[in-house]
Amino acid sequence: MTTYIFKRLLEAIPTMLLLIIISFLLMHAAPGGPFTSEKAVPAQVLANLNAKYGLDQPLWRQVANYVWGIVAHFDFGPSFIYKDRTVNEVIAQGFPVTLQYGLASFVIAVIAGVTLGVVAALKHNTGIDYAAVATATAAHAMPNFVLAPLLVLVFTLWLGWLPGGGWEGGELKYMVMPVIALSTSFMASIARITRSSMLEVLHSNFIRTAVAKGLPMRKVILKHALKPAMMPVISYLGPAFVTMITGSVIVDMYFSTGGIGRSFVDAALNRDYSVMLGVTILVGALTILFNLVVDILYAWIDPRIRY
Amino acid sequence: MKKRLLLSTILSLSVAFPALAANPQPGEELSDNQVYTYRILDAIKSMDPQISTDVEGSDVLRSLFEGLYNEDGDGNLVPAVALSHDLSEDKLVYTFHLRPESKWSNGDPVTANDFVYSWQRLADPATASEYAWYLELGHVKNAADIIAGTTPVDQLGVKAIDDHTFEVTLDAPVPYFPKMLTHTSVFPINKAVVDKFGADWTKPENMVGNGAYTLKEHTLGEKVVMVRNPAYWDDAHTVITEINAVTINDENVALTRYDAGELDQTDVPTGQYPSLKEARPDEASSTPYSCSYTYVINLTEKGNPALQDVNVRKALSYAVDRQILVDKVLQAGQAPAYNWTHFAVNGFAMPEIDYAKWTQEDRDAKAAELLTAAGFGADNPLKIQLNYNTSEGHKKIAEAIAAMWKQKLGVELTLNNMEWKVHTDKMQAQDFEMGRYAWCGDYNEASTYLGLFTTTSGNNNGKYSNAEYDKLLDESSTAADPNVNYTAAEQLLANDMPMIPIYHYTKVRMNKTDIRGLPMNNVQQTWYAKDLYRVKQ
Repeated sequence: MTTYIFKRLLEAIPTMLLLIIISFLLMHAAPGGPFTSEKAVPAQVLANLNAKYGLDQPLWRQVANYVWGIVAHFDFGPSFIYKDRTVNEVIAQGFPVTLQYGLASFVIAVIAGVTLGVVAALKHNTGIDYAAVATATAAHAMPNFVLAPLLVLVFTLWLGWLPGGGWEGGELKYMVMPVIALSTSFMASIARITRSSMLEVLHSNFIRTAVAKGLPMRKVILKHALKPAMMPVISYLGPAFVTMITGSVIVDMYFSTGGIGRSFVDAALNRDYSVMLGVTILVGALTILFNLVVDILYAWIDPRIRY
Repeated sequence: MKKRLLLSTILSLSVAFPALAANPQPGEELSDNQVYTYRILDAIKSMDPQISTDVEGSDVLRSLFEGLYNEDGDGNLVPAVALSHDLSEDKLVYTFHLRPESKWSNGDPVTANDFVYSWQRLADPATASEYAWYLELGHVKNAADIIAGTTPVDQLGVKAIDDHTFEVTLDAPVPYFPKMLTHTSVFPINKAVVDKFGADWTKPENMVGNGAYTLKEHTLGEKVVMVRNPAYWDDAHTVITEINAVTINDENVALTRYDAGELDQTDVPTGQYPSLKEARPDEASSTPYSCSYTYVINLTEKGNPALQDVNVRKALSYAVDRQILVDKVLQAGQAPAYNWTHFAVNGFAMPEIDYAKWTQEDRDAKAAELLTAAGFGADNPLKIQLNYNTSEGHKKIAEAIAAMWKQKLGVELTLNNMEWKVHTDKMQAQDFEMGRYAWCGDYNEASTYLGLFTTTSGNNNGKYSNAEYDKLLDESSTAADPNVNYTAAEQLLANDMPMIPIYHYTKVRMNKTDIRGLPMNNVQQTWYAKDLYRVKQ
């Protein structure tokens, strides 16, 4: 197992390098640059800007300098748009925010989603099943850019219970709406996957055997059915977890949380090359890491899988 | 040999001395709550006056720093760090007399050397300021060569005669030079602080400013918090204790939060002004805002050959029913535009543009006649591509204009929407036939608009070139009455129609009624939190 993990981590290095180089080239291929503005910057000023940010050098050298900065100093460079800040600072400010509301959303989505899915599967084709499926479908059908302003309307304007936005270091009342907005659709997906996977497991031979030998239903579900039923859920949760902790542009936009989710879109639209690469690398590294975690979990859950 | 100009000739409203401050009227009782919270669309990109380029950044910087002059509610200059100035007879040397009591937030006095340092820093290629050209625009001596890196920074035409006398030398007379000084790029910064903290000097814990407020917190995408600066020279007349600028991207969510009492000011979402004005006339306001909206025509060989014919361009312009656009599409008090310079720009005399006075029926008839004469008709329709950056508002306008042209002239307009940076890049590379464009004045004077269509302007994306026009603009800087030149220049634009003027902007906002002191007639929308106050209701 240790050899396997070590091997996977080694493989991550060329993957990350490839990710950096491809992202870098794609970004530079997009028309316009960080200093393209409706008020054209005079050629001489643009030359000074390019010189300051190293954009006057050949692309290969820019990539090399960039990678070297990361490897040698863990320095992702200055932001081209937020000129008072480095990429490290932008991420250091925004990532803890999305990590907080992302983790909370993850826990809630998993607990609510799995419960909903299991209950629906157990009460297959009953009113409870239909209600659970309807809830999940409704939650899935409600995009968070519709849900977010609705939440503000109801909880801030009509009820006056919660502030309409802000973060204030992650106070609970500022976290409630971002967490609802982010977790809803994930919860719905988890519920759907859990339900169908659970149904499949419940109809398999080993469950029939367990029931036939007289085990109490509770034990059959918790000890025998849940674990194999979780396999497809877990493979969904790996990337979903990364998506959630790196935030959502919608949540950050509607609730003024100051999270990193917005930086992704902002950086792309502003051609803030360094911030965009920084966030891409963050998301890429986390994705590789959590895919590995998922594979390890597989081996742990399913004794048939051995690395 | 210097002729001392009375301050009042330039600062026409300076009788309100000392400067401008929160000025509660008799009978107004101040509220116990003097916190002011307003919505900003985006995070502030930089807190460094020489680096910042955007409007929302300037709004914040005007509270943290103070330049030579401020603006009052009508856009007139009022003393700030400078009490007055003298102008030499050749109109090239400005001598500013600085306010001795002006201090930095760390207690140090603000001196002429601070301005010398900051202006040199703006021009310095090492700073790589996107607004370095602002000094070039003001014809500050040697600015262009310093930006180009061919002359050392210390050769810039700025000098500290003594601690409180700052001298600026220009290489050509610029009548509107004092008006340019309210821009944040020419605000002073504290050299000792920059030397000590380097790039980190704008962090709240390090920043030292000379404005009425100091920076307490700046969280990207969340908010900016500013609190009173007790060292500010006019702190005694400042009322608002804390300013919060809250980032809210979505204008509808911002309005909801305004309604919930979380904000004192927000922007009116597109299309909602008429209903909000009717429901809450005291809160909804629409005030002229110095920006003009236009469709620029590419006059280079990369453009559409049919559009090289001035009569075709005129036909298209005449057939745009601007009144319908402002009344039915924009709906927020915008003004139909038949010329380029915003109508409310300070001191600008609106030119008499011929087709502005015609009825729309006359314009449509003339348009049809011109287009037919140019050889286009039902069997040979004019085909044009219009580029605009993706936005619901731009789309609505483009669709309305496409319908007008189709219906009146049989023109087939193809709408190409694209991401903003792509659109801008194409415009600047002359890779378009007709493109949406807007320009906002850098200062409150018509040359900020008209300069754009001179042959050498970097923003002349359609590459319009008319020697007579260039001459008019060139001579305007020394003319006794530049308006004569401006009017003539506008006439040339109407004759040559290198772009189709569409409308002049307004700023549409919701303001809580207990907030007073907001400037309602400043077309630059320049405001200072120190002039505001909240009354008891």
